[in-house]
Amino acid sequence: MLENLQLLFDYPTLGADLIANGLMIGAIFALAAFGMALVWGVLGIINIAQGEFVMLGGFVALTAAGLGVPPLATIPLAAIVLFMVGWGLYRLVIFRVVDRDLFVSLLATFGLSIILQQLSNEIFGADVRTLETGLGTLVLFDGQIVLAEIKLVSFVTALVVGLALWAFLKRARLGQAIRATSQNARAARILGIDTDRVYAATYALNAALCGAAGSLVVMAWTIHPYIGLPYTVRSFLVVIVAGLGNIAAVIAAGLGLGALENVAGFVLGAEYQIAFVFALMVIILVVRNFLLRRKREYLK
Amino acid sequence: MTDAQKYALVATGLLFSFVAPFLLPQFATQLTMLWLMVIFALTWDTLGGQMGYNSFGNILFFGIGAYGCAVIQRDLGLDYFAGLAVGLAFAAVLSAIVAIVLGAGMLGLRGHYFAIGTLGLGIAAGEIAGGWDYVGAGSGMVPPLYPVELAGRELFFYFLMFALALVTFLVLRALYATKFGLALNAIRDDEDKAEAMGLRTTQVKSLAWAVSAFFLGIGGGLAGNLLGFIDPRDVAFAGATFGVWMVLMAILGGKGTLWGPVIGAVVFHITQELFWTYLLGWQRVALGLLIVAIVVFFPNGILGTLRERFPEWFGEKVEERV
Repeated sequence: MLENLQLLFDYPTLGADLIANGLMIGAIFALAAFGMALVWGVLGIINIAQGEFVMLGGFVALTAAGLGVPPLATIPLAAIVLFMVGWGLYRLVIFRVVDRDLFVSLLATFGLSIILQQLSNEIFGADVRTLETGLGTLVLFDGQIVLAEIKLVSFVTALVVGLALWAFLKRARLGQAIRATSQNARAARILGIDTDRVYAATYALNAALCGAAGSLVVMAWTIHPYIGLPYTVRSFLVVIVAGLGNIAAVIAAGLGLGALENVAGFVLGAEYQIAFVFALMVIILVVRNFLLRRKREYLK
Repeated sequence: MTDAQKYALVATGLLFSFVAPFLLPQFATQLTMLWLMVIFALTWDTLGGQMGYNSFGNILFFGIGAYGCAVIQRDLGLDYFAGLAVGLAFAAVLSAIVAIVLGAGMLGLRGHYFAIGTLGLGIAAGEIAGGWDYVGAGSGMVPPLYPVELAGRELFFYFLMFALALVTFLVLRALYATKFGLALNAIRDDEDKAEAMGLRTTQVKSLAWAVSAFFLGIGGGLAGNLLGFIDPRDVAFAGATFGVWMVLMAILGGKGTLWGPVIGAVVFHITQELFWTYLLGWQRVALGLLIVAIVVFFPNGILGTLRERFPEWFGEKVEERV
């Protein structure tokens, strides 16, 4: 661990390479975090099945590519399929827990995540899979920084989708209805917004975002059925750091987390990378709570 | 049900528990696991049901107990029974200390932050144990074997686990009847108000977590020895199985009641043992379905539903409306 740190100091460009690669995956974290913030803000539900949507998106992309769809075209396809999955899950389960105790919705989505994870395990097998895109590798600064082109593509895609989402929420009728419902569901209902449909659309939109993220993950990195929970925790982390409803902050936090995690994975060793993510979340929760409490005492 | 009937029921249950491993020797290990499940559900309910802090990471203390006990047994070089006794005591104390230390930070979190934070703790612990060479890293640990020349390994562990479940139950029952139990309920009902009334909520919460960790730690040490192999992710910090089951069993039986977790654990374990094997790999899918079904449609659990239907069984007077 210390020798890795030493290595990082001796060769600063190695750090730059790690950070560059980390930023790329950070954009995907941000994409999944948009969805989580959306569902949290509008439905008041913390969706534990978030990471499973990412994982499913990856498997949809894999399956479609296996049927001859060009890899990059699987991104919208995964989003569409996951949109339908999300809509279906809302109609089956989620609508029953929207107005209930938080613990109920937490456990219910946790149950959903187990179902999706185990179903994928039965259907697709437990192997670690990746999707070959046939894109090349980018070598920058005399080989100091090596980036796969697909990672760049996924980075740009994630940012474009984020911007599109922002524009959708600001301009489109449905986007405005979603924002109105999140501000005050009762008032929105009185003004004639079908909040049940808004909830369903929001949940489905979240699943679609995660699906797109998953198709990018499978092309640029790897997926397997049990990959979900770390993605859920990363989205949660990004959302609690960035807050609900601030898209720029979500992107910044996502990128930061990606870079931090990649460097930590190098310094601590890859076997501790997941432990790092979970421990980081616990620490951030506790520190955040401590800071909030100080503020509360000050207000008193 | 009258009191006499209730006592008769409990006495029958106790009697059956004593003779069961002799009547059904081939199921002795399953029955031992049943008591472990009871311990899981009971200790989860201390926070989840009585105090209203829904922990998804109580499996942490089970794992710490399993590893703590095994390390003591490995490194102290005592003979088997002395090693086990010291190991279990160490496991219990270590778990309780960890609970108090973590509690200072974690128990300040409220609601869903606490739930997800503890989920993170449990998984982080499993990942760390899976990479730490001192405890065997990913290949796990094997606790010392029960002396071969002695027969009755299954009975030995059965009665240890049974005794632990019984003690856990009695201690918690006594605890819930004191002012401390009332403090727990006060925190569940309105923590800010409890604090404003002068209750030292942080101390109460940490202590409650330590009690539940204490018994979970012993349970972990026993389970490690019973199973004979401690895997970091599938046994010690098995969030996806034991960790979820403890929540599910407590809800199934009835959160926040004394007997609910016991009933939930028995029902869940027996159904699982009877039906699970026929599902051939789909049992985990079924587990997910079960979670969704129970929390969405049956959140009051068995006891909660019975209480609604037959309040007079619970000593509540029902007045007919005129």
